[in-house]
Amino acid sequence: MNLDLTPEQSAFRDEVRAFFAENVPESFKSRVRAGMRLEPHEFTQWQKLLHARGWGAPSWPKEYGGTGWDPTQLYIFETEASRADAPVQFHQGLELIGPIIFTFGSPEQKAKYLPAIVSGDDWWCQGYSEPNSGSDLASLSTRAVRDGNEYVINGQKAWTSYAHVANRMFLLARTDPDARKQAGISLFLIDIDTPGVTIRPVVTMDEIHHTNEVFLDNVRVPPSALLGEEGMGWSYGKVLLDRERGVTAATTTRLAQQLRGARKVAAETMLGGRSLLDDPRVADRLAQFELEVMALEGMVMRTMAEATSGQDSGPRASMIKIRWSELLQQITEYWVELQGYGAMAFAPLGPFEAPDAWAAKGMIYSRVTSIYGGSNEIQRNIIARRALGL
Amino acid sequence: MNFDLSEEQQLLKDSAWRYGADHGEFTAWRARVSRGDAFDAASWKRMADLGWLMLNVPEDDGGLGSGPVETMVVAEAIGRYLMLEPFVSTGVIAPALLTGATEALRAELMAGLAEGKVVIALADAEPGGRFDLNHVAARAEAVDGGFRLTGEKSHALDGAAADWFIIPARTAGADDSQDGVSLFLVPAETSGLTVRRSRAMDNRHNASLKLEGVVVPAANLIGGLGDGFPLLRDALDRGVVARLAEAVGAMDAVREMTMEYLKTRKQFGQTLGSFQALQHRAVDMAIACEEARSMMYLATIALSGSAAERRRVISAAKARVGQTSLYVGRQSVQLHGGVGFTEELAVAHYLKRLIMIDMAFGNADHHRAELAASLRVSAAAA
Repeated sequence: MNLDLTPEQSAFRDEVRAFFAENVPESFKSRVRAGMRLEPHEFTQWQKLLHARGWGAPSWPKEYGGTGWDPTQLYIFETEASRADAPVQFHQGLELIGPIIFTFGSPEQKAKYLPAIVSGDDWWCQGYSEPNSGSDLASLSTRAVRDGNEYVINGQKAWTSYAHVANRMFLLARTDPDARKQAGISLFLIDIDTPGVTIRPVVTMDEIHHTNEVFLDNVRVPPSALLGEEGMGWSYGKVLLDRERGVTAATTTRLAQQLRGARKVAAETMLGGRSLLDDPRVADRLAQFELEVMALEGMVMRTMAEATSGQDSGPRASMIKIRWSELLQQITEYWVELQGYGAMAFAPLGPFEAPDAWAAKGMIYSRVTSIYGGSNEIQRNIIARRALGL
Repeated sequence: MNFDLSEEQQLLKDSAWRYGADHGEFTAWRARVSRGDAFDAASWKRMADLGWLMLNVPEDDGGLGSGPVETMVVAEAIGRYLMLEPFVSTGVIAPALLTGATEALRAELMAGLAEGKVVIALADAEPGGRFDLNHVAARAEAVDGGFRLTGEKSHALDGAAADWFIIPARTAGADDSQDGVSLFLVPAETSGLTVRRSRAMDNRHNASLKLEGVVVPAANLIGGLGDGFPLLRDALDRGVVARLAEAVGAMDAVREMTMEYLKTRKQFGQTLGSFQALQHRAVDMAIACEEARSMMYLATIALSGSAAERRRVISAAKARVGQTSLYVGRQSVQLHGGVGFTEELAVAHYLKRLIMIDMAFGNADHHRAELAASLRVSAAAA
């Protein structure tokens, strides 16, 4: 048992470190540090930079354009990204649908979709949740009915992040209304500009337009839009949700960024001739965060190592999602507390900058992390049922 | 021991809630906010007509000279209906400070604010002092016929719409001394004064200030020269307690919305409220609201008590209301799930309001430290 890197891994780390040092755009850093998402065009810019280096799909096998890295290399990559205030790659194409396509898709679907995900030319959005099917996703009511040589899709999707910038969408729809809840669901890959798709923006409390409602009104798609087999969509979807939590494991390495941001404010804010960092109460709080982040990183490292050797990590992915979101919320909240009145200016009403607003926006944004990707309540249910046998 | 409202206070409460129900509709509120208005001028006029802005104006100045309970009752409605009008800054803090103003300005401004014609904002904090009220590094030097002010202020609640600022500046003593602080009335349009207006996450329009040789006449001094701190402290205590009531009103409203959601939203074929894990959460939220309300009463009563007791109770109340209100606000968003995170429901706006109330005039952490300091002093004296 040790944490040592092999000489090859050390060399890899140096290579990655050098790449990040040279390539992370300065303009990204303050937002990345606050745990905010970048603008869509910036995500694409970053994806293209990585793609040019051959690192467009760090978690994919080589045969589909990935790097073929093992989980330890992935962990090194993400940790170095965090050190350099590099963003997390946009995940919906890369981590959610891409792996499903290369696992269950037809040769034509693989050829059509995978290269454009890796190159950043395609943007995928996820049509899963519905107004009445959030945590209880399997109750979804969007229908896909076979009509001659087409499927006709009708329904409404909620929380479709970035539908307004995406050119493609993967969605779950019910193809057999008589089958048991999960059994009648199929997975479709559609173009967002297909007639009948209407997008309504939903502004979230960070005052940013990330997400949308999507209305599907007699959307006609060819049979080749079906991924895998009819009625199997739920089982593919479950693979996706598990991967989504894996994405969280990568994101977890970014907590160090938020902690660094908070520490910097504490170090730079002077009160009575001393920095806030000299106040033992502040130092204690930051130390508490450090130790909780360290425990979480330990969990992530074990999960990565187990994945490398093919072991099942049980419910740890759910545990990591819970702890990561809680810590992200608490650290950004404390960061804003440290800013004090500096955080009051959410939006300037005049010709001046509000450089400190990112932490407050990051704090507000963090509220959704305990809701999305399976809320923390659902994660706790999963752990209780699957792992603890309750 | 009695926590009941008097008959008149109950009438005022009923009228304030009725006003909120009639004019506090959320769709209209959102439309106003997206127009970018600091607050609604017509609503402000109505509040003046209802007498809310006279509550804290002494009878000698033509006001009602009411007590802290009346302010509490109105502020609770302000929070419950997310009203954006500058009641606490102009209707509570300013009249308390203006009692120290020179006769002509006092008469003019008391009348103006009571009628809703003048907005007055206190610039209570500085960049180097965080939430410490006694940290006043801004300087005022005597010049021919008046004073010349230089320095920075990091926060003035409702300052974006202010016609006048009340600015603490030092005429003697070290930066952190309570002695040597003087208070000045400064018109918003003054040479040398830069007002940086900004919108906070709760859609209040506040300001930070830069003073570069702002000259005011000697008549703009409030209270004695170098002797402004006790008045400043008193006025701010009143403002803090009013904001506690605002928080309690907001907490109750957002908790009620969440309870309604738990009772109606169904997932997995049953209402969310039938899940025991969420029932326990709802119970903790109800306890939090009870604690906060109790603290609000104690702090309101303490405003009429002895100085030492008053500081202790107000700091304890500000800390506990901050803690409980953030819990209730965050859990309300969480229990609503995705819709709670959108701008389209009031829930998110209540959380943002509660975050800003916690930060105003020192957050929970700051006030817990203040309480700790005052407990140390009493332990040493015992």
